[in-house]
Amino acid sequence: MSNPDNLKYTASHEWVKTEDDGTITVGITDHAQELLGDMVFVEAPDAGRKLKAREECAVVESVKAAADVYAPVSGTVTAANSELDGTPEAINSDPYGAWIFKMKPDNAADVAALLDAAAYQALVDSETH
Amino acid sequence: MTTLKQTPLNAAHRAMGAKMVDFGGWDMPVNYGSQIEEHHQVRNDAGMFDVSHMRVVDVKGDGARAFLRYLLANNVDKLTLSGKALYSTMLLENGGVIDDLIVYFMDETWFRIVVNAGTADKDIAWMKKQAAIHAPQLIIADHPELAMIAVQGPHARTKVWEALPGSRELSEHLIPFSAVEMGAMFIARTGYTGEDGFEIMLPAKAAPMLWAALAEKGVKPIGLGARDTLRLEAGMNLYGHDMDESIGPLESGLAWTVDLKSERDFIGKAALLAHPPTRKLVGLLLLDRGVLRDHQKVQTTHGEGEITSGSFSPTLEKSIALARVPNGVQIGDSVQVAVRDKMLAARVVKYPFARNGKGLV
Repeated sequence: MSNPDNLKYTASHEWVKTEDDGTITVGITDHAQELLGDMVFVEAPDAGRKLKAREECAVVESVKAAADVYAPVSGTVTAANSELDGTPEAINSDPYGAWIFKMKPDNAADVAALLDAAAYQALVDSETH
Repeated sequence: MTTLKQTPLNAAHRAMGAKMVDFGGWDMPVNYGSQIEEHHQVRNDAGMFDVSHMRVVDVKGDGARAFLRYLLANNVDKLTLSGKALYSTMLLENGGVIDDLIVYFMDETWFRIVVNAGTADKDIAWMKKQAAIHAPQLIIADHPELAMIAVQGPHARTKVWEALPGSRELSEHLIPFSAVEMGAMFIARTGYTGEDGFEIMLPAKAAPMLWAALAEKGVKPIGLGARDTLRLEAGMNLYGHDMDESIGPLESGLAWTVDLKSERDFIGKAALLAHPPTRKLVGLLLLDRGVLRDHQKVQTTHGEGEITSGSFSPTLEKSIALARVPNGVQIGDSVQVAVRDKMLAARVVKYPFARNGKGLV
């Protein structure tokens, strides 16, 4: 699966989508779900929580391991995807559809500074070779 | 960087799309796709595992039984019929577990032992050292050249018979936990999944052919990931997690494998008798959402314990664990497990958690 061009990415394997209202939607990349394997539990941050960039804020657990999810930028959580409570495997089947949380960034420029699809792919390639 | 050891099936795994990982120095398949699907495949049909990293050690010569009677915590005198197998631990003088193993009695001058991959060299050194003292006439023959394929699941034996001409006649009447030779192959009705099936030891060069023949009959390859959830559901200990050299078998849920009743002396017996266990291994079922993992602390009304193996049970669709807790803890007790910054509720349950295709909790 290729990484969609309309998203931004982090070195810690989150994808970030900027919505029309300026909030961002966050999930984990196809590469990350592939590494972790079958997802069985997701713990997302509560709405209203203030996050600093690169702060641990969610946990995804596969059968194999637990992995932290980091805030891509500083800001405030606006929503968590409660649907993942019952269907964590959606992260495996549709990594770019199964969002984990949404947040309002403190500074839109921080989002623009994240990796684009090509830069993220280069990072993945360097980690796997 | 050290080069990882490869089994004779390495190329076959890669061709089947396996995700390969470093497993104690071996390049092994952790899954070929969905680990949960592989798990269900074994519970409901048949799957095959490459366990060639495990080591076969033959004890040969006069007095083999007497030597093993002293070397192993379980009593090889329970083995009277040729081919019969026994699960045992091998202990240090202080009662700590060197390894757990299966010993097959073939005849009075030949017992076959299968030990864990990660401990094999240590095990063999220990066996040779003890043999030099107590039974120098014995030959401790290490067989790293043998491959091993486990075929497990309700349809496993039928699939093996279809894939391996001539095997049905020889192995059809094997009772559970026994083995038979078939030429250079060794077919054992044993496993590590809680399902029926065989473990087949065979020369390395024959392994890819059997693997391919099994695949042709619809047996799916299963990685080490599902192997771990299957054995945990089946309530089987994993060396290095549920017990090791610092823990005795009586505190590891393995009292049933230690023969303390007979007059027989064995290595570690005196230590086990001198230090009655104060802790025990129990099953945990997580009631809250989350996943139990190794080394998480368990709070009980009798004091603190620790998870030794924790994971997600695909059969129960809940998280389960084995945990070492104070002796006073009883089945049905409510306990709390520290998971990151939270205390999650769990219940102490009887294990195995699942066997023969069904959840038991």
